[in-house]
Amino acid sequence: MGKRSVVPFGPQHPVLPEPIHLDLVLEDEKVVEAIPSIGFIHRGLEKLIEKRDYNDYMYVIERICGICSYMHGMGYCEGLERIFDVEVPDRGKYLRTIWCEMSRLHSHMLWLGLLADAFGFEALFYQCWRMREKILDMFEASTGGRVIFSVNKIGGVLKDMDKNMLESFVKEFDAMEEELKRLSDVFLTDYTVTSRLKNVGILSKEDAILTGAVGPMMRASGIAIDTRKLGYAAYGDIDFDIITSNACDSFARCEVRIGELFQSFNIIRQAVKQIPDGDIAVTVKGNPSGEAFVRLEQPRGEAIYYIKANGTKNLDRARVRTPTFTNLTPLVKILQGCDYADVPILVLTIDPCISCTER
Amino acid sequence: MAKGMKFTGFALKNLFSKPATYGYPFVKKDYKERYRGRVAIDIDDCLFCGLCARKCPSGAITVDRAARTWSIERMGCVQCANCVEGCPKKCLHMENMYTEPEANKVVDTIAGKPLPKKEEE
Amino acid sequence: MRENYELTVIDCSELAGCALNMRRENARLVQICAVSIPDGYELSYSFAKEYEFINYRIVINENDKVVSIGDIYPGAVFYENEMKELFGVNIESMYLDYNNKLYKIETETPFKK
Repeated sequence: MGKRSVVPFGPQHPVLPEPIHLDLVLEDEKVVEAIPSIGFIHRGLEKLIEKRDYNDYMYVIERICGICSYMHGMGYCEGLERIFDVEVPDRGKYLRTIWCEMSRLHSHMLWLGLLADAFGFEALFYQCWRMREKILDMFEASTGGRVIFSVNKIGGVLKDMDKNMLESFVKEFDAMEEELKRLSDVFLTDYTVTSRLKNVGILSKEDAILTGAVGPMMRASGIAIDTRKLGYAAYGDIDFDIITSNACDSFARCEVRIGELFQSFNIIRQAVKQIPDGDIAVTVKGNPSGEAFVRLEQPRGEAIYYIKANGTKNLDRARVRTPTFTNLTPLVKILQGCDYADVPILVLTIDPCISCTER
Repeated sequence: MAKGMKFTGFALKNLFSKPATYGYPFVKKDYKERYRGRVAIDIDDCLFCGLCARKCPSGAITVDRAARTWSIERMGCVQCANCVEGCPKKCLHMENMYTEPEANKVVDTIAGKPLPKKEEE
Repeated sequence: MRENYELTVIDCSELAGCALNMRRENARLVQICAVSIPDGYELSYSFAKEYEFINYRIVINENDKVVSIGDIYPGAVFYENEMKELFGVNIESMYLDYNNKLYKIETETPFKK
């Protein structure tokens, strides 16, 4: 029986993009228990629903997080469209799909860079983020902003992308895909990377269902569920596979995310080929009344939006259940029994977005 | 040992190519056309109805109908373009250039032309 | 294309039974959401089995006690702590109780009407 000590991890740590605190109970370099503690970035954004009317609240909900910002706005708009019972025109749906997939691309590239930084491989970190800059430039050309897009409205989208712009994007993606193949070769076969990631942080299939893991954490443990298969926006018309892995460790999560990057390129190509002409939005007037649940697939996992309206211009409740909130329980589970030096890598494999967790 | 040398190709290419960053502030970046930088108004078309002030999520715009002025607090604007979408006369537009950093909070006030006087009967 | 989901209103005493049923069928706990209505709360428990989305709702008064389902689903304890701190719902027997210090906010129960 070794000696036990309690060591604090965070909220300031070079590896964490956002502040989270963990109390680690260590017994001779092995972690026995971990207790998470959040609340450093709670802004009470859900309470602003009482002050802003439902149209302006769209701009608040987009600013919950910088990386997942597009899909928060889209989930809110889809919830209200369900309450008003309007249907977005087809071209609007395809444009939303293209922007969603570009969001997924930039978020996974950000994560790859942070993972490389976590084990000290800074040169690889910069190469990943240099590729990501091209996607941010594409966002600026099409929506007007690099991080916060403000391009959704209830009933459709605000800006259009014409044929030339879409084809120039596809050309850039082709070039990016070539470079990404060589970069992912480094992640998947380099000796220094695999020795840090293989057999570290194992989450078995039964544990993943019981603790409620979502997103790539769940798919790396062999469960083949992807919320995009429900068919919201234009996903019903697009063909894609669900990427899973049976290895259940951190290396499998890295593989799943890299696989999703290549799949996003395919989805964007299919969407650009199939996009129809037409309107991009319908006008919606009046006050909403009713409630709705919407489920979306964010880059980090499944997100659920619950909107309840009571007939006035202020909503009753707008609740966002973000994927990192659910992934805190699997994090506590995989930290039990790991080495102390592996804790930063394990915290990063859940892809923490703490601003989303606490709103 | 070849297993650990996968990154060498990238490292050598990086050593001999030009940097990926701009030499800001000596080299100016050219912003794309749709970039949401700063709100601008054509004051001659403005009705001073106050719709933009109501739509602003951060409350940065103030409109005085009687005195015919339109003012915006530059540091409070979040560049969401809700005012541009909502203006009934379409006299607001987003400029390409962001607000320069300052040491104090800047409020820009623009006054419209006075109404033509009615002839006394 | 919109997905269809089911929503059943149940009584407070049936909650543990429903949660155990869901656990036996290998469903995941997806979210627990609270809404403040005049003189009480509406709690919605959501589960997902493959692609189905199953919701149970209980309607309680302000001071009614609700037993935690943290022993059946370990992940429930974060949602229940959040509900207790922001809304003031009276939840007992949580295996990890933060004692209203999860978000460490200044006002007590700000979301309660």
